[in-house]
Amino acid sequence: MSSDDDLPKHGLQGPAPEERPHPEGRRNSQGIRIDPEAEAEHEPRRAVISALVEDDPGVLSRVSGLFSRRQFNIESLTVGPTTVENHSRITMVVEEPDPGIDQIEKQLAKLKPVISVGELDADAVRTELVLLKVEGDDPDKVHAVTEMYDGQTLDAGPRTITVQLTGDEQKIDDAIDAFRQFGIIEIARTGYTALARGDQATVPGEKPGTADEPTQPTNAQ
Amino acid sequence: MSKQAPPDAEEAGEPETTQSPVTTGSESVIRALENEGVEAAFGVQGGAIMPVYDALYHSDIRHITMAHEQGAAHAADAFSVVRNEPGVCMATSGPGATNLVTGIADANMDSDGLLALTGQVPSDMVGSDAFQETDTTGVTAPITKHNYFASDADTVGDTVGEALALADEGRPGPTLVDLPKDVTLGETDAEPGPAAPPETTRPQYVADEDDVQTAADAIEAAERPLLLFGGGVIKADATDEARAFARDYEIPVVTTMPGIGSFPEDDDLCLSWAGMHGTGYANMAITHTDLLIAVGTRFDDRLTGGIDTFAPEAEVIHIDIDPAEISKNVYADYPLIGDAGIVIDQLDDAIDTAPEADEWREQVQTWKDEYPMDYATPDDEPLKPQFVVEVLDEATSDEAIVTTGVGQHQMWAAQYWTYSEPRTWVSSHGLGTMGYGLPAAIGARIAADDDQEVVCVDGDGSFLMTIQELSVAVREELDITVAVLNNEYIGMVRQWQDAFFEGRRMAAEYNWCPEFDKLAEAFGARGFRVDDYDEVADTVEEALEYDGPSVIDFHIDPAENVYPMVPSGGANGQFALTDDQL
Repeated sequence: MSSDDDLPKHGLQGPAPEERPHPEGRRNSQGIRIDPEAEAEHEPRRAVISALVEDDPGVLSRVSGLFSRRQFNIESLTVGPTTVENHSRITMVVEEPDPGIDQIEKQLAKLKPVISVGELDADAVRTELVLLKVEGDDPDKVHAVTEMYDGQTLDAGPRTITVQLTGDEQKIDDAIDAFRQFGIIEIARTGYTALARGDQATVPGEKPGTADEPTQPTNAQ
Repeated sequence: MSKQAPPDAEEAGEPETTQSPVTTGSESVIRALENEGVEAAFGVQGGAIMPVYDALYHSDIRHITMAHEQGAAHAADAFSVVRNEPGVCMATSGPGATNLVTGIADANMDSDGLLALTGQVPSDMVGSDAFQETDTTGVTAPITKHNYFASDADTVGDTVGEALALADEGRPGPTLVDLPKDVTLGETDAEPGPAAPPETTRPQYVADEDDVQTAADAIEAAERPLLLFGGGVIKADATDEARAFARDYEIPVVTTMPGIGSFPEDDDLCLSWAGMHGTGYANMAITHTDLLIAVGTRFDDRLTGGIDTFAPEAEVIHIDIDPAEISKNVYADYPLIGDAGIVIDQLDDAIDTAPEADEWREQVQTWKDEYPMDYATPDDEPLKPQFVVEVLDEATSDEAIVTTGVGQHQMWAAQYWTYSEPRTWVSSHGLGTMGYGLPAAIGARIAADDDQEVVCVDGDGSFLMTIQELSVAVREELDITVAVLNNEYIGMVRQWQDAFFEGRRMAAEYNWCPEFDKLAEAFGARGFRVDDYDEVADTVEEALEYDGPSVIDFHIDPAENVYPMVPSGGANGQFALTDDQL
């Protein structure tokens, strides 16, 4: 046993915080080293993300749970089967800065049932379906506006008319504005579903088009 | 030394011909574990898991019955840290499964391989709010790499094999298989096949060559390069490559807390660990480096402090096997996705000349002299905890394993013990789970070599949270030494209350604390109490020599605080060294 004399008698040493050398640099809230004078933060933008998934039980809750626990801002989500048995496609519209969109793709790719995931190009084929129930006081005018937006009337009763419209978000927004004059009672929008244009695969590694050929899984990137 | 008779592990994928054929789902579950060489499982019995335990009856797998399921998960977690292979824990449905949750979440945060097997009510009763029913896969989905609901006795063995393989693959983590009683009781003759992880999760092991070359050029050009080794270096079994790299190019090394042991702390190049309570010199180096070469770390906020002031001068090379960690918290100028050992070798091949950093190394040395890790021992103050940690370190070998709870004692154990080997520091980092230390010591004891000492440095608050596991250590005759740094406080909370809440010690002060030496004796362990400096060394020696569990209740200075300290969200270089600098 050492005697008390052997024990260190001093406390922690060194200059006080303000006396230490400090560098001038800085990072922004996304961890990127910046010039403080320059623009520092990424602005959020909308992105359409497509994921090819195994049709496991609970796959939708795994995907939606990921969005909520990581606080990713999701606008819409659609899901449906593909031509390949046991594979589904999930299409999501998200609004995040670029680093957030990158994180969404990477975190989705880590989920075991996710075969492949990618952001769609701006020229991708994308469409949304909306059902609109409006007051039926003026059926002729409702019909005219429906025609104008290439819609269909699905139900016409004595008091209400329900129409279906499809198209991109801007068109749907415009149509809804146009229908406001009749009094919109209820509305149901699906959110975007989308495919890559032409020969491109919708998600990386996907072999599109053939029902009897299994989709090639890709390594999670 | 404890009785440790782990059965000879079979070669993976080659069941012994003497094994009797599988007849039930449960037997298939156990066979899958045996095929993968699982030696030990930690768990607690209960209604829905009974068929699996029944199948374990004839198995050579050693089962350690824990006092509480949380202890089972932590023990399996520590087993995985020490062995670098997944630990296995078991629990019944309902409360058994929910009691595992803390341990699973802990493993998830620290990327520890863990397989949890949980019983479940029979499939046809699922969803009916049956007795001891819980939506276990729902509850654990956010804290597992993946979890499985077994639906068929014929495939349950394969599912367990896949879950075990997935827990170990790439970045390790916890997986869980929920086992409904009808599946485990169900008849089957299906032997599980070779275990393989799912095809959709395959990691990338080798980094892109062009990216490696760009990063290598940056290293050659760096004037103030700094290596940051995270837990991933140890998980990837890359300590040899990492050490050789640092020494060949003479680049100073900082570790994260989970990275403790990846580089010997007594090496001149090592600056120990950085972050909230890391060394002043490590935090100064991070503040002034111009190239941070980070390996296997996720840039936790306890490491970085405020992101906007983290390594503000540095470009960042980030090597990680999980692409999602790249630029998640700190933007990576040079992302290198791959296995730590492989990518370090790739970098080594791509570098022609070492960076010229003599001045930088001198500067780093100056900081080491300016901010030494020291503490005062005035005559008029009670025993200092740092001293206890140093004596324990002195009295044990370099291979000794240290487990801890969470709080001040954990920081002292990390600061004042000098670590030189990987997998000797076993702690709860990301989740910060008080109570981790004792069950972790049990798991570490089962995993460790006979000649490795296992010391749990605990706090009084942490110890009380899982103290029931002492009964397991006694029953299983496990040679562990628990050193309780007892200040009769939730000490870290008390420190924060004094610093940031004007000293209002709400719910952090114990006005009564059990006498841990007597409590240890009541459990059947050896109990000691130490109040003075001159009793420390002898008592430590006696406790270490005792061939079984022992507890030393060190009554330490209740006023002692942990320094250095970077206030939450602060800049690494602005650490406080004393109360009045906060």
